[in-house]
Amino acid sequence: MSKDQILNVQGLIAYYKLRKGDVRAVDDVNLFLWPNEIVGIAGESGCGKTTLIKVLYGLVEPPLSMLSGQVLIDVNGEEIHLYKNTYEVKQLWWKHFSYIPQSSMGVLNPVIKIEDQFGEIFMRGDKNPPKKEIRKIVEKSLDALGLPSEVLRSYPHQLSGGMRQRVVISMATILNPRIVYADEPTTALDVVVQRGILQIMSKLQRDLGNTFVIVTHDMGVQHQITDRMVVMYAGKISEIGGTDDIFKKPLHPYTALLIESLPRLGDKSERKSIKGSPPNLLNPPKGCRFHPRCPYATSECAEKNPSLLEIKNRRYASCFHPLGQ
Amino acid sequence: MVMNQSLLETVNLTKVFKIGGIIGGTKLTAVDNVNLRIDSENPAILSIVGESGSGKTTLSRLILRLVEPTFGRVMFENRNIFDIKRKMEVMEFMQKVQPIFQNPYESFNPLKKIDSCLYNTALKLHVAENKEEASERVKDSLSSVGLDPELVLGKKPHELSGGELQRVSIARVLIPKPKLVIADEPVSMVDASIRMSIINLFLDLKKDLETYFIYITHDLSTAYYIGDLIAIMFRGNIVEYGPAHEVLSDPLHPYTETLIESIPDISRKWSEEIKMSGFELKEFEAAGCKFWYRCPYATTRCQSNGPKMIELKNGRSVMCFRYD
Repeated sequence: MSKDQILNVQGLIAYYKLRKGDVRAVDDVNLFLWPNEIVGIAGESGCGKTTLIKVLYGLVEPPLSMLSGQVLIDVNGEEIHLYKNTYEVKQLWWKHFSYIPQSSMGVLNPVIKIEDQFGEIFMRGDKNPPKKEIRKIVEKSLDALGLPSEVLRSYPHQLSGGMRQRVVISMATILNPRIVYADEPTTALDVVVQRGILQIMSKLQRDLGNTFVIVTHDMGVQHQITDRMVVMYAGKISEIGGTDDIFKKPLHPYTALLIESLPRLGDKSERKSIKGSPPNLLNPPKGCRFHPRCPYATSECAEKNPSLLEIKNRRYASCFHPLGQ
Repeated sequence: MVMNQSLLETVNLTKVFKIGGIIGGTKLTAVDNVNLRIDSENPAILSIVGESGSGKTTLSRLILRLVEPTFGRVMFENRNIFDIKRKMEVMEFMQKVQPIFQNPYESFNPLKKIDSCLYNTALKLHVAENKEEASERVKDSLSSVGLDPELVLGKKPHELSGGELQRVSIARVLIPKPKLVIADEPVSMVDASIRMSIINLFLDLKKDLETYFIYITHDLSTAYYIGDLIAIMFRGNIVEYGPAHEVLSDPLHPYTETLIESIPDISRKWSEEIKMSGFELKEFEAAGCKFWYRCPYATTRCQSNGPKMIELKNGRSVMCFRYD
């Protein structure tokens, strides 16, 4: 892992082991994260994006199993192999990296008041401040998210979806972790609330200077708040690059077609969708997994599997015929 | 002035749900005094846009005659649909008004082949007398949604992809050749790369079969893309209504403005930050305008009084005191 990275993934393979076969949800993935950036993981449902961040977070439970590859993370200047058993992953949660799931109820305990749930998170931190001090820190954090302090005395069900999601964001950032993973953090919310929460998240990221990894299928959300984007298709990464660069000039045909299919406000010209449908990951096509739907596919694409290569300055694509090259 | 014939008209349509027990329960007005009208002159697509909890699904269920209104009526071809009681007339209504639901996997029986659902629609709605006729109708409507009957028939729901199955459910809807199709979030479960093919299918059906659509969604960009007319719902009220292009290019209601600005569009980036309210829960109980807490133009009048729907020119209307 080079000095300026805080996470490095090499040759990661994680399958769901089922009786009917392996679901190849994450298949030979390489990527890295820098400090102080918002990285978006984009792709359609079932492309393996949630599985990927689960593996990065250390949440591998059957039937998901990690077959090979390594996840290196930087913990206080020390390089740690996440899956080498020498380190208990759970000790790193909340402190070094945290996870915001799609449903906030998955994190919040429905029968414990919000304040006490914050208390439990502080117990994981290096120093466990007294209750009064915790209250002060939490109130300050909630205030920054536009929440009144009465929230602390409430149970989760007394809050609306948008408020709960903000509470979870506060929890995930309260110990100032290096990396915050968020899985579709605003998908269940309305657009107006979604915009508020995304703006809060990007402001928080700028203030804390840590790295946010946001998984979302919504390309509009990717465009609004991410600095870099990882586009996944059928368990593999098809493209990595700066978000603005990708939207301006996508390298991979899949990215290009996906962007082209999006409806734009104020534009009624016809939008075409990509022909065919995403493959079944139990039995993905040979060669490039996008080749059956790709208008540029050649016989090479059907035979060989393209690896993720740096096409130009810090832009990566796994395609034999990247666009505009 | 000669009034156009209306295909569908809702008059003061209101639905109140009771929450909680007999004592101490509260009331929630899911649909509040809604007046909508679709003219029968030209096939049109009406998009109803609203957040979760805005009452858009309840409105669609009322129009489908699945729930009874607390107050008001729904006129379909100049007849109140809640007066229809005789079995044959109910059947006739079901032939003319058909629903498409959000999750296609829930619309079909997972244990049976999709054929059974399609044939039953044809036979039970009496659009086909016998199996041969039914089979013809089924094959016709499958091809009209771009599916090859040979490849689809005989399969079970899980053997088809989400996009294909949603197409099958659209084909099912087309079997009785309905006048009006009510589609409630039909693409939110479909993969992004094939979403537009379903949306484009609606446009084709409008043109080729002269079907009217009510497209219910939270997604303003697709609502605009296919809609001729747009109705914006907020907390049970229709707060703005008009031709799609005009509502989007020149929104009148402050909520429509906020909504349009908040869309994560890929052709622009958000500029200013919006204020998050801690008051979300109280909006339902507001005595005056329900958008009062968040509205940048709010006055004391808005706090105590609810505005009425005001009709403007060009077929537009808005529920806001600023246009009084």
